[in-house]
Amino acid sequence: MMKIKVLGSGCSKCEALLAATKEAVQHLGIDARIEYVTDFAQIARYGVMSTPALVVDEKVVSAGRVLKAGQIESLLK
Amino acid sequence: MWLFIQNQILGMQWLNGLISDGLIRAGVDIESRLGGSLQFFLYDVIKITLLLCVLIFAISYIQSFFPPERSRKIMGRFHGIGANIMGALLGTVTPFCSCSSIPLFMGFTSAGLPLGVTFSFLISSPMVDLGSLVLLISIFGYKIAAAYVVFGLIIAVIGGSIIERIHLENEVEDFIRQAVAGPDIEPAELTVWDRLEFARDQMTGTFKKVFPYILIGVGIGALIHNWIPETMVETVLGSQNQWGVILATLVGVPMYADIFGTIPIAEALLGKGALLGAVLSFMMAVTTLSLPSLILLRKAVKPKLLGVFVAICVVGIILVGYGFNALRYVLL
Repeated sequence: MMKIKVLGSGCSKCEALLAATKEAVQHLGIDARIEYVTDFAQIARYGVMSTPALVVDEKVVSAGRVLKAGQIESLLK
Repeated sequence: MWLFIQNQILGMQWLNGLISDGLIRAGVDIESRLGGSLQFFLYDVIKITLLLCVLIFAISYIQSFFPPERSRKIMGRFHGIGANIMGALLGTVTPFCSCSSIPLFMGFTSAGLPLGVTFSFLISSPMVDLGSLVLLISIFGYKIAAAYVVFGLIIAVIGGSIIERIHLENEVEDFIRQAVAGPDIEPAELTVWDRLEFARDQMTGTFKKVFPYILIGVGIGALIHNWIPETMVETVLGSQNQWGVILATLVGVPMYADIFGTIPIAEALLGKGALLGAVLSFMMAVTTLSLPSLILLRKAVKPKLLGVFVAICVVGIILVGYGFNALRYVLL
Protein backbone atom coordinates (compact mmCIF):
# COMPACT_ATOMS: atom_id res chain seq x y z
CA MET A 1 0.00 0.00 0.00
CA MET A 2 1.20 3.44 -0.89
CA LYS A 3 1.66 5.95 1.91
CA ILE A 4 0.93 9.51 0.92
CA LYS A 5 1.33 12.51 3.18
CA VAL A 6 0.22 16.05 2.56
CA LEU A 7 2.24 18.48 4.68
CA GLY A 8 0.56 21.75 5.45
CA SER A 9 -0.20 24.30 8.09
CA GLY A 10 -3.92 24.41 7.51
CA CYS A 11 -3.93 27.25 5.00
CA SER A 12 -6.24 27.22 2.02
CA LYS A 13 -3.48 26.16 -0.38
CA CYS A 14 -2.75 23.13 1.78
CA GLU A 15 -6.41 22.14 1.84
CA ALA A 16 -6.47 22.43 -1.93
CA LEU A 17 -3.51 20.07 -2.30
CA LEU A 18 -5.14 17.58 0.07
CA ALA A 19 -8.34 17.63 -1.98
CA ALA A 20 -6.44 17.21 -5.26
CA THR A 21 -4.48 14.29 -3.80
CA LYS A 22 -7.67 12.52 -2.73
CA GLU A 23 -9.09 13.08 -6.18
CA ALA A 24 -5.97 11.67 -7.87
CA VAL A 25 -5.94 8.56 -5.69
CA GLN A 26 -9.59 7.93 -6.31
CA HIS A 27 -9.20 8.44 -10.02
CA LEU A 28 -6.26 6.06 -10.27
CA GLY A 29 -8.04 3.57 -8.06
CA ILE A 30 -4.83 2.72 -6.21
CA ASP A 31 -4.57 1.41 -2.70
CA ALA A 32 -3.15 4.31 -0.73
CA ARG A 33 -3.43 5.88 2.69
CA ILE A 34 -3.50 9.66 2.73
CA GLU A 35 -2.41 11.46 5.85
CA TYR A 36 -2.62 15.21 6.49
CA VAL A 37 0.36 16.35 8.58
CA THR A 38 0.18 19.72 10.31
CA ASP A 39 2.81 19.20 12.99
CA PHE A 40 5.63 21.64 12.27
CA ALA A 41 8.34 19.46 13.79
CA GLN A 42 7.38 16.63 11.47
CA ILE A 43 7.22 18.94 8.48
CA ALA A 44 10.72 20.20 9.25
CA ARG A 45 12.00 16.66 9.50
CA TYR A 46 11.22 16.19 5.82
CA GLY A 47 13.35 19.24 5.03
CA VAL A 48 10.30 21.07 3.73
CA MET A 49 10.37 24.86 3.98
CA SER A 50 7.42 25.85 1.91
CA THR A 51 4.03 24.32 2.38
CA PRO A 52 2.05 22.60 1.03
CA ALA A 53 4.24 19.62 0.28
CA LEU A 54 3.54 16.13 -0.96
CA VAL A 55 5.33 13.08 0.40
CA VAL A 56 5.01 9.69 -1.26
CA ASP A 57 6.42 6.69 0.60
CA GLU A 58 8.52 9.01 2.80
CA LYS A 59 10.00 10.86 -0.17
CA VAL A 60 9.24 14.54 -0.77
CA VAL A 61 8.00 14.80 -4.35
CA SER A 62 6.78 18.38 -4.33
CA ALA A 63 7.02 21.42 -2.07
CA GLY A 64 5.50 24.88 -2.21
CA ARG A 65 3.15 24.12 -5.07
CA VAL A 66 -0.52 23.37 -5.29
CA LEU A 67 -0.48 20.54 -7.79
CA LYS A 68 -3.52 19.66 -9.84
CA ALA A 69 -4.98 16.15 -9.55
CA GLY A 70 -3.58 15.28 -13.00
CA GLN A 71 -0.06 16.28 -11.97
CA ILE A 72 -0.31 14.22 -8.80
CA GLU A 73 -1.46 11.21 -10.79
CA SER A 74 1.68 11.27 -12.90
CA LEU A 75 3.77 11.49 -9.72
CA LEU A 76 2.02 8.47 -8.24
CA LYS A 77 2.38 6.21 -11.23
CA MET B 1 11.29 58.15 -22.82
CA TRP B 2 11.61 57.29 -19.14
CA LEU B 3 8.82 59.72 -18.30
CA PHE B 4 6.64 58.11 -20.95
CA ILE B 5 7.10 54.69 -19.32
CA GLN B 6 6.47 56.14 -15.89
CA ASN B 7 3.35 58.13 -16.80
CA GLN B 8 1.72 56.21 -19.61
CA ILE B 9 2.69 52.57 -19.24
CA LEU B 10 3.02 52.28 -15.47
CA GLY B 11 0.89 55.26 -14.46
CA MET B 12 -1.70 54.60 -17.17
CA GLN B 13 -2.69 58.20 -17.72
CA TRP B 14 -4.32 57.14 -20.98
CA LEU B 15 -6.75 55.10 -18.90
CA ASN B 16 -7.69 58.14 -16.87
CA GLY B 17 -8.42 60.02 -20.10
CA LEU B 18 -10.51 57.13 -21.36
CA ILE B 19 -12.54 56.99 -18.16
CA SER B 20 -13.15 60.75 -18.07
CA ASP B 21 -14.36 60.62 -21.69
CA GLY B 22 -16.62 57.69 -20.91
CA LEU B 23 -18.07 59.35 -17.82
CA ILE B 24 -18.66 62.66 -19.61
CA ARG B 25 -20.38 60.85 -22.43
CA ALA B 26 -22.55 59.01 -19.90
CA GLY B 27 -23.62 62.42 -18.61
CA VAL B 28 -21.57 62.44 -15.40
CA ASP B 29 -20.12 65.75 -14.30
CA ILE B 30 -16.58 64.79 -13.33
CA GLU B 31 -15.99 68.23 -11.85
CA SER B 32 -18.61 67.48 -9.20
CA ARG B 33 -17.64 65.74 -6.01
CA LEU B 34 -19.58 62.57 -6.69
CA GLY B 35 -18.42 62.41 -10.30
CA GLY B 36 -14.84 63.01 -9.23
CA SER B 37 -15.03 60.23 -6.67
CA LEU B 38 -16.48 57.92 -9.26
CA GLN B 39 -13.69 58.73 -11.68
CA PHE B 40 -11.01 58.21 -9.04
CA PHE B 41 -12.59 54.92 -8.00
CA LEU B 42 -12.93 53.47 -11.50
CA TYR B 43 -9.50 54.61 -12.62
CA ASP B 44 -7.72 53.34 -9.55
CA VAL B 45 -9.51 49.99 -9.36
CA ILE B 46 -8.79 49.22 -13.00
CA LYS B 47 -5.23 50.53 -12.88
CA ILE B 48 -4.25 48.71 -9.72
CA THR B 49 -5.93 45.49 -10.83
CA LEU B 50 -4.12 45.56 -14.17
CA LEU B 51 -0.81 46.33 -12.48
CA LEU B 52 -1.39 43.61 -9.92
CA CYS B 53 -2.05 40.94 -12.51
CA VAL B 54 0.86 41.83 -14.77
CA LEU B 55 3.23 42.36 -11.85
CA ILE B 56 2.41 39.27 -9.85
CA PHE B 57 2.70 37.18 -12.97
CA ALA B 58 6.11 38.56 -13.94
CA ILE B 59 7.42 38.53 -10.40
CA SER B 60 6.26 35.00 -9.66
CA TYR B 61 8.11 33.87 -12.75
CA ILE B 62 11.31 35.40 -11.36
CA GLN B 63 10.55 34.03 -7.90
CA SER B 64 10.27 30.50 -9.22
CA PHE B 65 14.05 30.61 -9.59
CA PHE B 66 14.51 31.27 -5.86
CA PRO B 67 12.83 28.53 -3.85
CA PRO B 68 13.65 28.88 -0.13
CA GLU B 69 15.97 25.89 -0.34
CA ARG B 70 18.18 27.73 -2.80
CA SER B 71 18.00 31.02 -0.87
CA ARG B 72 19.06 29.21 2.28
CA LYS B 73 22.08 27.78 0.51
CA ILE B 74 23.10 31.17 -0.84
CA MET B 75 22.76 32.83 2.57
CA GLY B 76 24.80 30.07 4.17
CA ARG B 77 27.79 31.06 2.06
CA PHE B 78 27.99 34.54 3.57
CA HIS B 79 29.14 35.67 6.99
CA GLY B 80 28.67 38.66 9.25
CA ILE B 81 26.86 41.62 7.82
CA GLY B 82 27.23 40.16 4.34
CA ALA B 83 24.84 37.38 5.34
CA ASN B 84 22.34 39.94 6.64
CA ILE B 85 22.51 41.85 3.37
CA MET B 86 21.98 38.65 1.40
CA GLY B 87 19.08 37.73 3.71
CA ALA B 88 17.44 41.10 3.12
CA LEU B 89 17.94 40.88 -0.65
CA LEU B 90 16.74 37.30 -0.95
CA GLY B 91 13.74 38.18 1.21
CA THR B 92 12.57 40.34 -1.66
CA VAL B 93 12.64 37.58 -4.29
CA THR B 94 11.86 34.36 -2.42
CA PRO B 95 8.21 33.40 -2.80
CA PHE B 96 6.81 33.50 0.67
CA CYS B 97 3.35 33.05 1.99
CA SER B 98 2.84 33.92 5.63
CA CYS B 99 1.39 30.46 6.29
CA SER B 100 4.82 29.04 5.40
CA SER B 101 6.67 31.29 7.81
CA ILE B 102 7.08 28.68 10.54
CA PRO B 103 8.43 25.86 8.32
CA LEU B 104 10.71 28.44 6.74
CA PHE B 105 11.91 29.67 10.12
CA MET B 106 12.60 26.08 11.17
CA GLY B 107 14.36 25.31 7.92
CA PHE B 108 16.68 28.30 8.34
CA THR B 109 17.36 27.66 12.02
CA SER B 110 17.99 23.94 11.71
CA ALA B 111 20.44 24.60 8.88
CA GLY B 112 22.45 26.72 11.28
CA LEU B 113 21.70 30.12 9.80
CA PRO B 114 22.22 32.86 12.39
CA LEU B 115 19.03 34.22 13.93
CA GLY B 116 19.84 37.73 12.73
CA VAL B 117 20.04 36.60 9.11
CA THR B 118 16.67 34.89 9.40
CA PHE B 119 15.21 38.11 10.75
CA SER B 120 16.78 40.24 8.02
CA PHE B 121 14.92 37.93 5.65
CA LEU B 122 11.67 38.07 7.62
CA ILE B 123 11.70 41.88 7.83
CA SER B 124 12.47 42.58 4.20
CA SER B 125 10.18 39.90 2.82
CA PRO B 126 6.85 41.67 3.44
CA MET B 127 8.29 45.20 3.50
CA VAL B 128 10.05 45.34 0.17
CA ASP B 129 9.21 43.15 -2.72
CA LEU B 130 9.57 43.52 -6.44
CA GLY B 131 5.87 44.25 -6.74
CA SER B 132 5.99 47.21 -4.40
CA LEU B 133 8.97 48.59 -6.31
CA VAL B 134 7.13 48.69 -9.64
CA LEU B 135 3.90 49.84 -8.05
CA LEU B 136 5.69 52.69 -6.29
CA ILE B 137 7.33 53.75 -9.55
CA SER B 138 3.94 53.93 -11.22
CA ILE B 139 2.39 56.07 -8.50
CA PHE B 140 5.21 58.10 -6.99
CA GLY B 141 7.97 57.94 -9.59
CA TYR B 142 11.25 56.10 -9.64
CA LYS B 143 13.17 58.26 -7.16
CA ILE B 144 10.76 57.65 -4.30
CA ALA B 145 10.45 53.98 -5.24
CA ALA B 146 14.20 53.50 -5.18
CA ALA B 147 14.52 55.34 -1.86
CA TYR B 148 11.71 53.25 -0.37
CA VAL B 149 13.42 50.01 -1.33
CA VAL B 150 16.84 51.14 -0.13
CA PHE B 151 15.44 52.35 3.21
CA GLY B 152 13.50 49.09 3.61
CA LEU B 153 16.60 47.01 3.00
CA ILE B 154 18.57 49.12 5.47
CA ILE B 155 15.95 48.49 8.18
CA ALA B 156 16.12 44.76 7.44
CA VAL B 157 19.91 44.60 7.57
CA ILE B 158 20.28 46.74 10.70
CA GLY B 159 17.30 45.08 12.40
CA GLY B 160 18.72 41.62 11.79
CA SER B 161 22.14 42.70 12.99
CA ILE B 162 20.72 44.11 16.22
CA ILE B 163 18.84 40.89 16.93
CA GLU B 164 22.06 39.01 16.26
CA ARG B 165 24.08 41.28 18.55
CA ILE B 166 21.80 41.03 21.58
CA HIS B 167 21.78 37.23 21.42
CA LEU B 168 18.15 36.28 21.61
CA GLU B 169 18.63 32.69 20.46
CA ASN B 170 16.98 31.45 23.65
CA GLU B 171 13.91 33.45 22.77
CA VAL B 172 13.08 31.14 19.89
CA GLU B 173 10.45 28.57 20.81
CA ASP B 174 11.94 25.25 21.83
CA PHE B 175 10.25 23.13 19.20
CA ILE B 176 12.01 25.21 16.57
CA ARG B 177 15.43 25.10 18.17
CA GLN B 178 15.13 21.36 18.62
CA ALA B 179 13.88 20.76 15.11
CA VAL B 180 15.87 18.04 13.46
CA ALA B 181 17.26 19.26 10.20
CA GLY B 182 15.65 17.39 7.38
CA PRO B 183 17.48 16.21 4.32
CA ASP B 184 18.42 18.84 1.79
CA ILE B 185 15.65 18.39 -0.69
CA GLU B 186 16.64 19.35 -4.18
CA PRO B 187 14.11 21.79 -5.56
CA ALA B 188 12.41 20.16 -8.51
CA GLU B 189 13.75 21.10 -11.92
CA LEU B 190 11.07 23.28 -13.42
CA THR B 191 10.37 23.68 -17.10
CA VAL B 192 9.40 27.03 -18.56
CA TRP B 193 5.85 25.72 -18.67
CA ASP B 194 5.94 24.82 -14.94
CA ARG B 195 7.15 28.33 -14.14
CA LEU B 196 4.43 29.94 -16.25
CA GLU B 197 1.87 27.76 -14.55
CA PHE B 198 3.23 28.70 -11.12
CA ALA B 199 3.10 32.38 -12.10
CA ARG B 200 -0.49 32.05 -13.31
CA ASP B 201 -1.58 30.30 -10.10
CA GLN B 202 0.13 32.95 -7.98
CA MET B 203 -1.58 35.65 -10.02
CA THR B 204 -5.09 34.27 -9.70
CA GLY B 205 -4.53 33.37 -6.05
CA THR B 206 -3.21 36.81 -5.16
CA PHE B 207 -5.96 38.51 -7.14
CA LYS B 208 -8.68 36.62 -5.28
CA LYS B 209 -7.06 37.35 -1.94
CA VAL B 210 -6.26 41.00 -2.55
CA PHE B 211 -9.14 42.31 -4.64
CA PRO B 212 -11.41 43.10 -1.68
CA TYR B 213 -8.56 45.11 -0.14
CA ILE B 214 -8.12 47.02 -3.38
CA LEU B 215 -11.82 47.92 -3.38
CA ILE B 216 -11.67 49.04 0.26
CA GLY B 217 -8.39 50.88 -0.27
CA VAL B 218 -9.58 52.69 -3.37
CA GLY B 219 -12.90 53.44 -1.67
CA ILE B 220 -11.11 55.11 1.23
CA GLY B 221 -8.81 56.80 -1.27
CA ALA B 222 -11.78 58.20 -3.20
CA LEU B 223 -13.29 59.42 0.04
CA ILE B 224 -10.10 61.23 1.00
CA HIS B 225 -9.65 62.48 -2.54
CA ASN B 226 -12.97 64.26 -2.82
CA TRP B 227 -14.62 64.55 0.57
CA ILE B 228 -12.05 65.18 3.24
CA PRO B 229 -10.94 68.81 3.45
CA GLU B 230 -7.34 69.47 2.60
CA THR B 231 -6.78 71.49 5.76
CA MET B 232 -7.68 68.47 7.87
CA VAL B 233 -5.16 66.17 6.19
CA GLU B 234 -2.57 68.94 6.34
CA THR B 235 -3.10 69.51 10.03
CA VAL B 236 -2.80 65.85 10.93
CA LEU B 237 -0.21 64.55 8.46
CA GLY B 238 1.24 67.70 6.93
CA SER B 239 4.16 69.92 7.78
CA GLN B 240 2.36 71.52 10.72
CA ASN B 241 2.30 68.31 12.67
CA GLN B 242 5.72 67.06 13.62
CA TRP B 243 4.15 63.90 15.07
CA GLY B 244 2.52 62.99 11.74
CA VAL B 245 5.00 60.23 10.91
CA ILE B 246 4.66 58.59 14.32
CA LEU B 247 0.90 58.77 14.16
CA ALA B 248 0.80 57.30 10.64
CA THR B 249 3.12 54.45 11.67
CA LEU B 250 1.19 53.55 14.81
CA VAL B 251 -2.12 53.56 12.95
CA GLY B 252 -0.64 51.39 10.20
CA VAL B 253 0.97 48.70 12.38
CA PRO B 254 -2.06 46.62 13.44
CA MET B 255 -3.72 46.93 10.04
CA TYR B 256 -3.58 44.02 7.68
CA ALA B 257 -3.62 44.87 4.03
CA ASP B 258 -1.66 44.32 0.92
CA ILE B 259 0.48 47.04 -0.63
CA PHE B 260 -1.97 47.04 -3.52
CA GLY B 261 -4.76 48.07 -1.18
CA THR B 262 -2.65 50.63 0.68
CA ILE B 263 -1.35 52.55 -2.27
CA PRO B 264 -4.60 54.31 -3.29
CA ILE B 265 -4.93 55.64 0.27
CA ALA B 266 -1.32 56.81 0.22
CA GLU B 267 -1.81 58.45 -3.16
CA ALA B 268 -4.91 60.32 -2.03
CA LEU B 269 -3.31 61.49 1.23
CA LEU B 270 -0.27 62.79 -0.63
CA GLY B 271 -2.52 64.67 -3.04
CA LYS B 272 -4.22 66.33 -0.08
CA GLY B 273 -1.06 67.75 1.38
CA ALA B 274 0.14 64.98 3.69
CA LEU B 275 3.91 64.87 3.92
CA LEU B 276 5.72 62.20 1.94
CA GLY B 277 7.28 60.65 5.05
CA ALA B 278 3.98 60.22 6.85
CA VAL B 279 2.43 58.57 3.80
CA LEU B 280 5.28 56.15 3.17
CA SER B 281 5.61 55.27 6.86
CA PHE B 282 1.94 54.40 6.84
CA MET B 283 2.44 52.12 3.84
CA MET B 284 5.49 50.43 5.29
CA ALA B 285 3.78 49.89 8.63
CA VAL B 286 0.69 48.38 7.06
CA THR B 287 2.59 45.96 4.83
CA THR B 288 5.34 44.95 7.26
CA LEU B 289 3.49 44.39 10.50
CA SER B 290 -0.04 43.22 11.09
CA LEU B 291 -1.87 41.49 13.90
CA PRO B 292 -2.36 38.22 11.96
CA SER B 293 1.30 37.97 11.00
CA LEU B 294 2.41 38.76 14.56
CA ILE B 295 0.09 36.11 15.95
CA LEU B 296 1.67 33.63 13.56
CA LEU B 297 5.21 34.69 14.39
CA ARG B 298 4.40 34.42 18.10
CA LYS B 299 4.11 30.66 17.56
CA ALA B 300 7.77 30.61 16.56
CA VAL B 301 9.33 33.08 18.95
CA LYS B 302 8.83 34.02 22.57
CA PRO B 303 7.25 37.36 23.57
CA LYS B 304 10.54 39.12 24.22
CA LEU B 305 11.95 38.48 20.76
CA LEU B 306 8.59 39.33 19.22
CA GLY B 307 8.67 42.62 21.14
CA VAL B 308 12.20 43.38 19.96
CA PHE B 309 11.17 42.59 16.38
CA VAL B 310 8.15 44.91 16.55
CA ALA B 311 10.15 47.66 18.24
CA ILE B 312 12.89 47.52 15.60
CA CYS B 313 10.38 47.67 12.77
CA VAL B 314 8.38 50.53 14.32
CA VAL B 315 11.44 52.63 15.16
CA GLY B 316 12.96 51.91 11.75
CA ILE B 317 9.78 52.88 9.91
CA ILE B 318 9.45 56.11 11.92
CA LEU B 319 13.08 57.06 11.20
CA VAL B 320 12.56 56.33 7.51
CA GLY B 321 9.46 58.54 7.58
CA TYR B 322 11.41 61.48 8.95
CA GLY B 323 14.16 60.71 6.45
CA PHE B 324 11.63 60.95 3.62
CA ASN B 325 10.29 64.21 5.01
CA ALA B 326 13.79 65.65 5.08
CA LEU B 327 14.45 64.48 1.51
CA ARG B 328 11.07 65.31 0.06
CA TYR B 329 12.26 68.30 -1.96
CA VAL B 330 14.82 66.13 -3.70
CA LEU B 331 12.44 63.23 -4.29
CA LEU B 332 9.16 64.81 -5.31
